[in-house]
Amino acid sequence: MPNPLKCDLCSKPATVHLTQIVNNKVHKVDLCEECAQAKGVTDPSGFSLADLLLKASLNPEPANLSGVRCEQCGFTPNDFKKHGRFGCPACYDTFTSLIEPMLDSMHKGTVHTGKVPQKALARKSLQDRLSKLELDLTDAIKAERYEDAARCRDEINEVKQSFGQPSR
Amino acid sequence: MTIASLIDTPSELTDSGSSKTAVVLMTRIRLARNLAGTPFPGWAKPAKRGEIFALCREALSATSALKRSLCVSVEEMTELEKQILVERHLISRELSGAKAGSGVVISKDQCFSVMINEEDHLRIQVLRSGFQLKKAWNAINDLDTTIEDRLDYAFSPKLGYLTACPTNLGTGMRASAMMHLPALVIANQMEKVVRAVNQLGMVVRGLFGEGSDASGSIFQISNQTTLGESEDEIIKRLGSVLTSIVEHELNARQKLLEADPAKLLDKIGRAYGILRNSHVLSSSEAMNLLSLLRLGVDLKVFPEADRATIDRLFIEAQPGHLQHAQKGEFEPGQRDLLRAGRLRAEFANFPQPNFTFTADGSN
Repeated sequence: MPNPLKCDLCSKPATVHLTQIVNNKVHKVDLCEECAQAKGVTDPSGFSLADLLLKASLNPEPANLSGVRCEQCGFTPNDFKKHGRFGCPACYDTFTSLIEPMLDSMHKGTVHTGKVPQKALARKSLQDRLSKLELDLTDAIKAERYEDAARCRDEINEVKQSFGQPSR
Repeated sequence: MTIASLIDTPSELTDSGSSKTAVVLMTRIRLARNLAGTPFPGWAKPAKRGEIFALCREALSATSALKRSLCVSVEEMTELEKQILVERHLISRELSGAKAGSGVVISKDQCFSVMINEEDHLRIQVLRSGFQLKKAWNAINDLDTTIEDRLDYAFSPKLGYLTACPTNLGTGMRASAMMHLPALVIANQMEKVVRAVNQLGMVVRGLFGEGSDASGSIFQISNQTTLGESEDEIIKRLGSVLTSIVEHELNARQKLLEADPAKLLDKIGRAYGILRNSHVLSSSEAMNLLSLLRLGVDLKVFPEADRATIDRLFIEAQPGHLQHAQKGEFEPGQRDLLRAGRLRAEFANFPQPNFTFTADGSN
């Protein structure tokens, strides 16, 4: 072959070639021996072609993301290209333009329709409300709006009670 | 609880073989969950991983399902112990090679296991013998809801549960069934089945890779995608795919019996002979022979009561379990001798095959 295939992950000459048909679409991955080993291709029980396909579909990365870092964890699109995993939950907000095009080919739909962690979400919304009320309280005291302050304090106590925490 | 006591305790997987598990040996569901505002395990610094581990461990041991459970970190386990847990499907290969700050919590009955700091902060798993997708889902859904009382999950209304790898977004759920499909393998139909199943958005994995002759004719079939469908929809879809695979397997058996019964019975009879008399057996050959005997039970060549023995040996013939039983570490060559010895002993008192069932045309 005049132009041997390069490994999708590290650009060494590829010796392992995989083809999988998912939803009538043909996906191909070419790997060098080392990457094939490292990714567990030779160990099928731990091997997911989907992960590899995912990385292969990442070239080229969207231009508008170069230089962007996740504020929470410092992750960059380049890190994703290397690891195929994200850094933290906030990365999904930071790199929306990188993720959205992938989801279409990767999943059945692009919007979650399954279980929702109701209790955890309820806790979070209470927590958010509490933080906001505490800010309001400080502002009200600063501005000497004592009626507002009293109302905030009452509401804070209410929220804390629904948390099951004793109010101070 | 220790790993040694766990190995010696009967479990759902090793001790509940019955006709209900004839084709689908076991059902497994796992959920990927992560903590809000926390870097994923692969990106977290070592100290952070330690914190996450401690936090999750405490939250998990407070749930009733995981009371008096076994909780171990990877650092505390020997290579052999890790291998045994992998062979029992209680931890993944990835976890067994994970860095410090990873571990697993395993329920007393070994039905639940939760890996901490594998690819995601939590990989919650439930394991049930036989074809029990709905029961498994109810069980893991309950456990997940209890854990949610204590931990704040990373969740987005649009993308669902947020996972380190976008292939698990949404439900974070992978439901799978371990199926014994000897007739489809003998009839060379597995490739066709794999292709059809792939088109339906499901994945087939065998011990030697997709589409190949899996050792012991055991295959794992699971959903490929996790986003855009609810858990119930995924389970329903997987369930109907599994049901149709079961039908195909049973049809293939019928056809083999009708077309050339001697050929099929010869395979079963020879497997019995080898298991009783061989002196060198690789793990893969042992699996294939046990598979034929298991098929023999389904065809009533051997009594139903002995199915559990075969299912137990499927696990105990694996390298990790074998070495544990022999109390030492052995080279693969030595293991093949030990394995043959072990199986000779097990099968010395196994009932003789009864091949008469075909004479009157019934089974």
